Amino acid sequence: MSYQGKKNIPKITSDRLLIKGGRIVNDDQSFHADIYMEDGLIKQIGDNLIVPGGVKTIEAQGKMVIPGGIDIHTHFQMPYRGTTTVDDFTQGSKAALAGGTTMIVDHVIPEPGSSLMEAYDQWRQWADEKACCDYSLHVDITHWNDSVKQEVDNLIKEKGVNSFQVYMAYKDYYQMSNSELYEVFTFLAERGGIAQVHAENGEIIAEEQARMLQMGITGPEGHVLSRPEELEAEAVFRAITIASQTNCPLYVTRVMSKSAADIISQARKRGNVVFGEPITASLGTDGTHYWSKNWAKAASFVTSPPLSPDPTTPDYLNTLLSSGDLSVTGSAHCTFSVAQKAIGKDDFTQIPEGVNGVEERMVLIWDKAVTTGKMDENMFVAVTSTNAAKILNLYPRKGRIAVGSDADLVIWDTDSIRTITAKTHNSAAEYNVFEGMELRGAPLVVICQGKIVLEDGNLHVTSGVGRFIPCSPFPDFAYKRVKARKQLAVLRAVPRGMYDGPVSEFSMSRGGTPSASARTSPTKQPVRNLHQSGFSLAGNPAPCGPPTPDDIPIRPAGRRIVVPPGGRSNITSLS
Amino acid sequence: GAEKKKKTKQGAETLMPAFFKSMGSDSPARPRQKFCGMFCPVEGSSDSKTLDFDALSACRGRSDRRVIDRQTDISQPRKVEIRESTGKEALQNLDDKRSDRLLIKGAKIVNDDQSFCADIYMEDGVIKQIGENLIVPGGVKTIDAHGRMLMPGGIDVHTRFQMPDRGMTSADDFYQGTKAALAGGTTMIIDHVVPEPGISLISAFEQWREWADSKSCCDYSLHVDITEWHKGIQEEMETLVKDHGVNSFLVYLAYKDVFQLTDAQVYEVFSVIRDLGAIAQVHAENGDIVAEEQRRILEQGITGPEGHVLSHPEEVEAEAVNRSVTVANQTNCPLYVTKVMSKSAADVIAQARKKGTVVYGEPITASLGTDGSHYWSKNWAKAAAYVTSPPLSPDPTTPDYLNSLLSCGDLQVTGSAHCPFNTAQRAVGKDDFSLIPEGVNGTEERMSIIWDKCVVTGKMDENQFVAVTSTNAAKIFNLYPRKGRIAVGSDADLVLWDPDVTKIISAKSHNSTVEYNIFEGTEVRGGPLVVISQGKIVLEEGNLHTTEGSGRYVARKPFSDYVYKRIKARSRLAELRGVPRGLYDGPVCEVSVTPKTMTPASSAKTSPAKQPNQPVRNLHQSGFSLSGAQIDDNVPRRNTQRIVAPPGGRANITSLG
Repeated sequence: MSYQGKKNIPKITSDRLLIKGGRIVNDDQSFHADIYMEDGLIKQIGDNLIVPGGVKTIEAQGKMVIPGGIDIHTHFQMPYRGTTTVDDFTQGSKAALAGGTTMIVDHVIPEPGSSLMEAYDQWRQWADEKACCDYSLHVDITHWNDSVKQEVDNLIKEKGVNSFQVYMAYKDYYQMSNSELYEVFTFLAERGGIAQVHAENGEIIAEEQARMLQMGITGPEGHVLSRPEELEAEAVFRAITIASQTNCPLYVTRVMSKSAADIISQARKRGNVVFGEPITASLGTDGTHYWSKNWAKAASFVTSPPLSPDPTTPDYLNTLLSSGDLSVTGSAHCTFSVAQKAIGKDDFTQIPEGVNGVEERMVLIWDKAVTTGKMDENMFVAVTSTNAAKILNLYPRKGRIAVGSDADLVIWDTDSIRTITAKTHNSAAEYNVFEGMELRGAPLVVICQGKIVLEDGNLHVTSGVGRFIPCSPFPDFAYKRVKARKQLAVLRAVPRGMYDGPVSEFSMSRGGTPSASARTSPTKQPVRNLHQSGFSLAGNPAPCGPPTPDDIPIRPAGRRIVVPPGGRSNITSLS
Repeated sequence: GAEKKKKTKQGAETLMPAFFKSMGSDSPARPRQKFCGMFCPVEGSSDSKTLDFDALSACRGRSDRRVIDRQTDISQPRKVEIRESTGKEALQNLDDKRSDRLLIKGAKIVNDDQSFCADIYMEDGVIKQIGENLIVPGGVKTIDAHGRMLMPGGIDVHTRFQMPDRGMTSADDFYQGTKAALAGGTTMIIDHVVPEPGISLISAFEQWREWADSKSCCDYSLHVDITEWHKGIQEEMETLVKDHGVNSFLVYLAYKDVFQLTDAQVYEVFSVIRDLGAIAQVHAENGDIVAEEQRRILEQGITGPEGHVLSHPEEVEAEAVNRSVTVANQTNCPLYVTKVMSKSAADVIAQARKKGTVVYGEPITASLGTDGSHYWSKNWAKAAAYVTSPPLSPDPTTPDYLNSLLSCGDLQVTGSAHCPFNTAQRAVGKDDFSLIPEGVNGTEERMSIIWDKCVVTGKMDENQFVAVTSTNAAKIFNLYPRKGRIAVGSDADLVLWDPDVTKIISAKSHNSTVEYNIFEGTEVRGGPLVVISQGKIVLEEGNLHTTEGSGRYVARKPFSDYVYKRIKARSRLAELRGVPRGLYDGPVCEVSVTPKTMTPASSAKTSPAKQPNQPVRNLHQSGFSLSGAQIDDNVPRRNTQRIVAPPGGRANITSLG
């Protein structure tokens, strides 16, 4: 590292940076060029750049320069029953930067019944104070009513949130019914949001948990036994069905099992707009550890959906990630100390859920997918950064090395070999789910907001420098297709005359339940067919034009029209 | 004309390659081995049950030539000879029970595993002898079959005769419905008891029994639908299984706020059904989404029958099938999906079977024979006649697809879901499609449609035809081999089938009372020539001789072998074990007992329906006791309680690294 030019002006050097001789890797191509950045932005890319004097220069020596990773799923500083996850925004984003991730997207989780906006403000406050890298926020919808709907609208329009997660698990707590999902998805599709879903069938899980506890299984293995992967796949299937009905782009968080991933790839083949997010843990390790004799170790793997006990799962998911069937990767980093996990020492259902992974994500994918030849470096950039930026509508500001993009870069060392252990990791947790894994590839230099935060193995992070990056709705990556489909999906009624034959008597009540609410919408009365022919009902003077209030109620069942003015043209006889 | 026909037939015969000639040569000496893949019946389920090989051996030595001769005969006027013996023979007949004794000569007997030629003698409604040169009492009514196929009478596993719907009743009652069934070659029906929510299962069951006993013309059995869920229902289910011969229960995933059960309830129902040894049937559609879609479609001003299919997209059917398969797998309960109407739903079933799930799919006559394009008919009454749930798929290639899956064994049984309403009843929903009473006809057309679509086209052979129209149903619902097989001791419910007859289905000539037939104008080949129910001829030469109230209720036992052999083996394997660990003795974080605005975690995370046992103490735990608190071991520890250094030491926290 050297300083160019004659004068050294240390004050501004940190804002001006030149990377020489690197191979720039974007998701579409790799090429050799120098990069000059200033004020946290990439200003020039090319050879023989004309740059001001006193610029700090990094000699990349042909190493890859990639866009900084975007971890699209973290839970830093998440409140849990009066405690908080051990990694706050400082600790968490520090770990992220150490692993080559320069932006994180955290989940705001409002308590059911409380305001989304308040929770959002709370998270903004925590992150603004502490985050060392840029961040965005997803907001989880934990209950649904008109005021939540209003808040979602405001969050999209004014607060820069474009993705909202709903839960199909956590019965009686976060879980939403199918009708609620339908309404949320419909609303998000209208407003240009992305529907994220925690996909597990909470109803069956609750039953299975009760069964496990009855059988006397109380340890962490009960967690995975009560959440078989089929329940994950089932919920993914259901979420896709609802998203397809509502024409809403769907994003499945935490794809943990083969069957769930299969459902997503099948749906993509059928043309559904759905994105799958495997996490570091599901790509790197498996669920056999739930049977560890060491309770604390077993408990440290507890997350939902659980890691699959099938040891071939990580390889399978890495393959689907490489083929493009799964689109993005997160870490779902949500760490608890052993003491916190021990809340559930007598009952696995009480173990706080979450694993580490924000620091290991990039390295692990490199090792599992790139060094094995499953994917190339460009695909690596796509799944660790670019696709996430596209979904969040931050592209090309993030996720690409281009003039005008944010200066979030990583110089990647493909040859470094490192063993992951809780002794050296940057998380505050005592256990690391990847303990002992030897991984090839590592970030050599990490540049965040145009500043070097990692070099020579030393982290230089500053709490609170992370900026909130607002995401705008209708990301092209998802919505171009959705919009085109919306135009096609206009339904038309068949123009028919009014039925003029006899009508049977029937009772509206059905064993106590009023059938009107049973069979039809509770809120809307059926609307008269606008294509109806011109004859009028007996005594109704205004046959044509918009339906008058008299037209709207269903005709009393007993009332029969024997020979209507228009004749009985529409009942053809049998032939 | 006849001569020409004969000529061409002979010509075809001489041109036939040798290996074709021997096809269907009916020699029981070499029982016809059907392809035995994973879709076969449970291995050994038919062993030593009914086949009377001694009787069959009489058939040995018939030449291929002779069979072909017989078949040539059929090209002559289609009539069967039914002779009543007279004179001396009649005198021998002392116990005047002639009508109960019946001999069929020269038939090609078709079971689901093989076809062979034999005579068959029945008495008192039961098959007594099968073979050649049978020794039968005098005065027996004889039918000369001339080599035509004789098969077990069809079993229509899904009917809804006389079904109440909002004060109306479906147009065909048990008399009209079973008459139509018999006319089509179906000799047994299984109807659905639909108790209104709030009404006891038993009383609904007895109501249906009363209706059917007084009117049914053929044997029948009953499925019972579970339309709500509480403790009392569970007890009633037990009674129904133990005392009333019911071994199948249907749950609804659709009809929100009326019949629909939640996933948790379905899980509990399935667990109960598995313990009782019954079969879980499911009406698979996502009722929540359907309700939302119905509202949306009505808002758009679409009120006609096309709104019905638009609001019930096939994805919603496939989703519910997938979900019920998942729940069935979790509970290790056999699953039976009624009314498979779409390609995607059928695919889900086929995939689940490949993964080993015990699941059966029931396409119905309507989904096999027609499609949902008619919902857009300009004739409202015609469009409304097709309304059923799940709806017929608008994709016109669906029937062909379902017929293929039925032929390859991915779908196993066929019903009709016969539940027609007349036009005046349908018109209840003339301004709102969601009010149109649901149900289509099909009990009469079922056998002919399947023959025409599958056997004539070469998708399946006559044996598979018998399997999907009769035998598989009998096996699943534990009626086999009494029903669904031609064997000594089986019920004399038989159909003499004519593969060459053609018929145009029309509401003008059908036996149902409704004005529309959804198969109107369809020309089908193949039909019953003679139908025998309970040993009596009920159809001959196109004339029906049915007797109201002659149908018997057939009780069905639980734990059908065909279904439960695998379930039992799996439940033995499925035992789960906890990991033996010492007690965790490290620090425990304090948690607030009631986090703000949060439901207590214990109720949040476990089922509200069952009070779960409190966490049981691990029996493998080491011997030390907690600080003086032995007595409340199995109570969740109070949150603030910390164990700093328990007597046993901290053996279980291994250090990192």
